[in-house]
Amino acid sequence: MCTVCGCGEGEVRLEGGADDGWHEHTDADGTVHRHTHGPAHKFGYKPAGAHTPSHHHADEHADEPGHEPHAPQHVIGGDLDYGTGQAGAHVPGMSQSRMVQIEQDILSKNNSFATANRRHFDEHGIFALNLVSSPGSGKTTLLVKTIERLKGKLVISVVEGDQQTSNDAERIRATGVVALQINTGKGCHLDGHMVGQAVARLQPAEASLFLIENVGNLVCPAAFDLGEHHKVVILSVTEGEDKPLKYPDMFRAADVMLLNKCDLLPYLEFDADLAEANARRVNPQLTIFRVSATSGEGLPAWLAWIENGLAAQCSKRAETVAALKRRVQELERQLAGQ
Amino acid sequence: MHEMSLAESVLQLVEETAVREKAQRVKLVVLEIGRLSSVEPEAMRFCFEAVTRDSIAQDASLEIIMMPGVGWCMPCGVAVEMAESYDACPLCGSYQVQPTGGTEMRVREIEIE
Repeated sequence: MCTVCGCGEGEVRLEGGADDGWHEHTDADGTVHRHTHGPAHKFGYKPAGAHTPSHHHADEHADEPGHEPHAPQHVIGGDLDYGTGQAGAHVPGMSQSRMVQIEQDILSKNNSFATANRRHFDEHGIFALNLVSSPGSGKTTLLVKTIERLKGKLVISVVEGDQQTSNDAERIRATGVVALQINTGKGCHLDGHMVGQAVARLQPAEASLFLIENVGNLVCPAAFDLGEHHKVVILSVTEGEDKPLKYPDMFRAADVMLLNKCDLLPYLEFDADLAEANARRVNPQLTIFRVSATSGEGLPAWLAWIENGLAAQCSKRAETVAALKRRVQELERQLAGQ
Repeated sequence: MHEMSLAESVLQLVEETAVREKAQRVKLVVLEIGRLSSVEPEAMRFCFEAVTRDSIAQDASLEIIMMPGVGWCMPCGVAVEMAESYDACPLCGSYQVQPTGGTEMRVREIEIE
């Protein structure tokens, strides 16, 4: 199975063909799937010998915070101590079992891809946003309207994530900006590796805006850093005011919330103030814009926020470059003086 | 559903370590999951069993240590316990509480032989 999405048959597809780490499967019907696997599947291990599942610690200790069930004195600084195993504890006199500390974040692989993406964005003065929401909140329409109003001023490239179809990328391309579709197959979110591949393919311009529309899902994309500078969560007024409380992870992970479809408020019983209050209960730092992609209301504030973000990103890079130049001049002076 | 990819990432870390240590098999995997993280322990157990089939960690036990949720209440200026990320401060009732602990998802250690 795939480290990315848990899919069994290699269903992740990146528009436009394979790249490093990607390979393809051909189904019986001739359909070709392109797919990436993490290193997890390189090892074709079968368990050595028959094994009886004879351990029951999990249930006994599962809910005891801070419990230390496995004698950490056996373990020194991430390495293992060969001198003392668990022999005697499980199979007296037989077992060579030992504890090995790993102490790694489950998402460390994803995070390393995300960090590389962020470094690339920072070095090139690119401002990257990850747009997340439930399906049907109006993400793509909002993206199209945002692009239409900004494309005269900024260079924009877009990554579209969906389980299937390239409909969204085609909608974005119709605005005249470059877009790449990632189909996640059975996967429920984009991850850092997929976005890294998309960046390599798209080659976003220096000092440009990079928009990632994640798979429509208010749960899973919250956990996966893509290297973006901000997650932007979109909540539409045709959903419930309590959605931030029902799906707190996403609203906590986001820096910005767009309350979309506000042109419909007169026809609905949706309490926009309550929705904002609920979102701030989960995330007191959240910046909120009320917008309507259809009528255009509220969009100027959102667009100004993007432009300011990109300008800040560019000036940060300019400062870094200026600092590096000063350092080079300093070193040259020192060399000349010797 | 993302527990499936998280379980895959766990297996990846476990397999790398098991190969490095020349293990024959993995008997136990110990995870630390924060109460405020986006992991449902039962879903993780189900996915772990599914992804470890035919791997070096087949039939390994999974131990999940739940780490308590902690937040910093800005009005009170103290750390308080949180059961959910949208909890109010138990001292002052404010929602200006920023989670500071209990968001971790880590592989702590494995038992191999």
